[in-house]
Amino acid sequence: MPKVVKAKINGILLRVAEGTTILEAARSVQIKIPTLCKHPDLPASAACGICIVKAKGSNKMLRACCTPLEEGMEIITHDPEIVEIRRTVIELILSNHPNDCLKCGRNNNCELQKLTADFGITEEQFPQFLRDLPKDSSTGTIVLDPQKCILCGRCVEVCQNNQDVWALSFLDRGIKTHISPAGQIQLGESPCVRCGQCSAHCPTGAIVEKDETGKVWEALRSEDKYCVVQIAPAVRVAIGEAFGFPMGANLTKKLYALLRRLGFKAVFDTSFSADVTIMEEASEFEERLLSGKKPLPLITSCCPSWVDFMEKFHPDMIEHFSSCKSPHEILGVLSKTYYAKKNNIDPAKIFNVSIMPCTAKKYEITRSDEMFASGYQDVDVSLTTRELARMIKQAGIDFTTLPDEECDSILGEYAGAGVIFGATGGVMEAALRSAYNFITGKELGTVEFENVRGLKGVKESEVDVDGKKIKIAVAHGLGNVEYVLGRIRQAKAQGKEMPYHFVEVMACPGGCVGGGGQPYMVTDELRIKRAEGLYQDDSDKQIRCSHQNPYIKRLYEEFLEKPLSERSEKLLHTHYKGRPVYRR
Amino acid sequence: MAVYTKTVLLKDTNLAQEDRTRDFYTTFLQKLGESSLSELVQVVRAADVGVYNQGVVIKIMPDNIMYAQVKDSDIPRIIDATIKEGTPLADLQVKRAGKQLRIVLRNCGTIDPENIRDYIGVDGYLALKKVLLEMTPEKVIEEMKKSGLRGRGGAGFPTWMKWKFARAVAADEKYVICNGDEGDPGAYMDRSVLEGDPHSVIEGMVIAGFAIGAAKGYFYIRAEYPLAVERIQKAIEDARSCGLLGKNILGSHFSFDLEVRLGAGAFVCGEETALIASIEGKRGTPRPRPPYPSVKGLWGKPTVINNVETLANIPYIFLKGGDHFAKVGTATSKGTKVFAVTGKVRNSGLVEVPMGITLREIVYDICGGTSSGKQLKAVQTGGPSGGVIPAEYLDTPVDYDNLQKLGSIMGSGGMIIMDEDDCLVDIAKFYLGFCVEESCGKCSPCRIGGTQMLRVLERITEGKGRIEDLAMLKRIAFAMQKASLCALGQTAANPVLSTIRYFEAEYKEHILNKKCPSHKCSKLASYTIIQDKCKKCGMCQKQCPAGAIPGSREDGYTIKQDKCVKCGQCFEACKFKAILKE
Repeated sequence: MPKVVKAKINGILLRVAEGTTILEAARSVQIKIPTLCKHPDLPASAACGICIVKAKGSNKMLRACCTPLEEGMEIITHDPEIVEIRRTVIELILSNHPNDCLKCGRNNNCELQKLTADFGITEEQFPQFLRDLPKDSSTGTIVLDPQKCILCGRCVEVCQNNQDVWALSFLDRGIKTHISPAGQIQLGESPCVRCGQCSAHCPTGAIVEKDETGKVWEALRSEDKYCVVQIAPAVRVAIGEAFGFPMGANLTKKLYALLRRLGFKAVFDTSFSADVTIMEEASEFEERLLSGKKPLPLITSCCPSWVDFMEKFHPDMIEHFSSCKSPHEILGVLSKTYYAKKNNIDPAKIFNVSIMPCTAKKYEITRSDEMFASGYQDVDVSLTTRELARMIKQAGIDFTTLPDEECDSILGEYAGAGVIFGATGGVMEAALRSAYNFITGKELGTVEFENVRGLKGVKESEVDVDGKKIKIAVAHGLGNVEYVLGRIRQAKAQGKEMPYHFVEVMACPGGCVGGGGQPYMVTDELRIKRAEGLYQDDSDKQIRCSHQNPYIKRLYEEFLEKPLSERSEKLLHTHYKGRPVYRR
Repeated sequence: MAVYTKTVLLKDTNLAQEDRTRDFYTTFLQKLGESSLSELVQVVRAADVGVYNQGVVIKIMPDNIMYAQVKDSDIPRIIDATIKEGTPLADLQVKRAGKQLRIVLRNCGTIDPENIRDYIGVDGYLALKKVLLEMTPEKVIEEMKKSGLRGRGGAGFPTWMKWKFARAVAADEKYVICNGDEGDPGAYMDRSVLEGDPHSVIEGMVIAGFAIGAAKGYFYIRAEYPLAVERIQKAIEDARSCGLLGKNILGSHFSFDLEVRLGAGAFVCGEETALIASIEGKRGTPRPRPPYPSVKGLWGKPTVINNVETLANIPYIFLKGGDHFAKVGTATSKGTKVFAVTGKVRNSGLVEVPMGITLREIVYDICGGTSSGKQLKAVQTGGPSGGVIPAEYLDTPVDYDNLQKLGSIMGSGGMIIMDEDDCLVDIAKFYLGFCVEESCGKCSPCRIGGTQMLRVLERITEGKGRIEDLAMLKRIAFAMQKASLCALGQTAANPVLSTIRYFEAEYKEHILNKKCPSHKCSKLASYTIIQDKCKKCGMCQKQCPAGAIPGSREDGYTIKQDKCVKCGQCFEACKFKAILKE
């Protein structure tokens, strides 16, 4: 039991667990102390200087974000002096920030802009001066505009400590301080794996996803394009946040209706191709387990940031990687082959747009020649959830009152297994459901694997498959990967039995529900709510396992023949190679 | 081993010139050789002898005779009279100015800093022996409490409390750090101690380590002090080989060792948490406190960080007793303080004085008043975090609290004397500019606030100030004081605030009348030709880069104010003082 401290905030007596910061404690007395640097997801950096409060008996002011409430403290969170200082600090920040709000990717959704409005700042108090720093869009996925950076340090914290990528750091000192990869190189030449967690945590428009909505509008307008669209599992439980829906609301069917009204000719679901991924990956697993031709553990590969991270930092793990492409690439290639053929559409005209919770998918669509397996670029544009929200608003569609609609055959109907891909542990759970069947020929009684669910950084477990113990590990957040890979390497070096048979890794904390392209201000509470939405969708489905999905069966009967067939290998699988961490 | 009967310490006290002691040293050795005294007299190049700007100074020990302005030609008679006979030469002799009390600098300039035996010869490591063999850590902290010693790095936090906090935390490892990242412009007392008496600092650290229960300590010394680093490194090795560092020191159960880390030149790394980050190999930026380093410091372990000067006091305290130490000083500030006095002062240099002495005594009695002979205008203390104290407060006794009341601070002991020719707006701009340059850039009040204030000051000194600027400066300064993360940002505005407090009229003169009363701010100067004095030589016209001086040798010259770029070239060029600078 943690110790409890008693203290007063604005005269109200409260008890909180020892170590609770003033910022957190203040919420229990209905005070939201403003801050620009503290993100509920991250430790305090204490950079912005806005959350200052007074403590009785001290003439110093305290930073609420990082000062624990102590026994007997009497805190005042607002008085004219505090408000005045906060206003001055905000005005100082504004004096070193471009005021092109109207043309900014974060307009109407910017923490600095919101505070400026809250404090009623309408005039320039201090003459503006800007740092002469160029934009960096070299990754093709996110755009870094250091001029708009307020140096809150969230992106650096998330990149270095949560994700262990170390692409972003602070360079220079004093007023010249800025965010950049070490050595003043471009992000595209840096270790950046394009997970976009920096953009999801940025309070301003300093790091935003590369906006490609224009390309999609253009394609929708074009008469010789046949626009099809797919939505990833995690998008359906997050997009509602931009339109006032409760956290984790599942809006699958509204999204189908919406996308049709935006002008897409066919609306598909990436959960369907997730089922295909499972067919292939579970077969790979079965093959490795039974034949021993390729080494165990098998490691999942649906997350492009994880793939990039592995290729850069852990190329010794290539042989363990599932060669199976990610679901959105599979849907892309199937739309331009199977679907095109069945519906007599010229695949050259098909324009496949994927709506993803992810910034790295923008990179994945041209990652290698294998992403052109249909003979065309399999996915033409990948948009983030945030970009779709903007398109909805641009189109003026009243998303909240849209009726439910169904998706289009033959690349839409999904089993419960396909939709839980969006949560950490979901791929593992879905694969186990089918692998059990492939290995034993039997069906599972209970399809839920509770041990792989939830937000614990590394989830290790054992599954009984017909008397054989299958050891699994699920990691999310790249910072948690080192532990798992370390155990594998150690066993290899010592010639011991592998610690795992099957490993799932997702780059973003919480898996895709916490993806770098999702709506802002993600917290663990939100990650759990979004995941719950997906698990609910799964348990509402009659068909829970990918191999039972009749559309999947039909796909294999009519087109692919069987998992790991020659055609499957050609269309649905890929290769990996070690890539330099620094490209110079 | 040679047994010397006398020691001669050499120091070139003209800091602005090239050090001439090397040649002098060679000559001296040669002359000694000629008198067959080489075996009996050792000659040492000292770091500090307590007098300044007096040419080459030599000090002969144990006679304690000091000569200033010594020339090569004086060497033979010094050897004959003083070294052989012990008779002083009255014409060369100088005495250190009175009213000084040397505790921290007690050994500087009297012992060979590179010889541990010299230090041991002046009761060095005796305090450590007493501590290790006769005292418990609790007793040590108790004695420190009696001494009333407060941190000399700037904040003046009671040293015993730091130790007590670190002692109270249970941890498998603890650390002691010596903060030798001295960075205030013009301050060099820590450097002098490190170079002149390295063992006293080491001894202080070992005692601190014993008190808190640490087995390891770090010297954090700025890389710009190569001699200090070299001497500390040698001193550590010597102490280790004498069993004064390492395992079971002096046969006790206590083990402690030291390592040197170099600072890379960031001023903010003198701040505790930034210093720790720097030793850990991270970017040198402060982090929020609490947790304080005494609870969670280096590598997350309890850590005590003491400044060089603080540590040099410690052996003295244990030799003489805390009560004895506390006899010197004021009610709240005990002991002495070393100041680096510079600026418009006749005798600049380090002075060590008892707390409670007045500024007037320091400036006039010890340092001989202003170098220009002009009226003293103000004294700046505390370096870039400090403030200015106008002449009317010269009789204030100097201690932590009094300086704070006057809007300045003790700081690490920088003291700059200003006379009528100094412009206080310009001084404020200089110090603020220093802090802006040295801001780590982490927190917005300091990073942007400092820059904005500096821009305002630049505007004012260029004649573009507006009267609202004073309110703007105060407003930003207040936000910086209250909302900056570390002491650098919290105090960066002090020089500006204290100059506005005491010299607001001077600011207004710059802003409203576009004049700098002390003619310092070149952009505000105006040049006119005094026709009565003008000899029509045309030099001013030749030198003017802006073509602002039309005229001819027949008709004479005038300066066109709208074209003048205020470079001052004409003023410099005129041999007849016919150009008036206002």
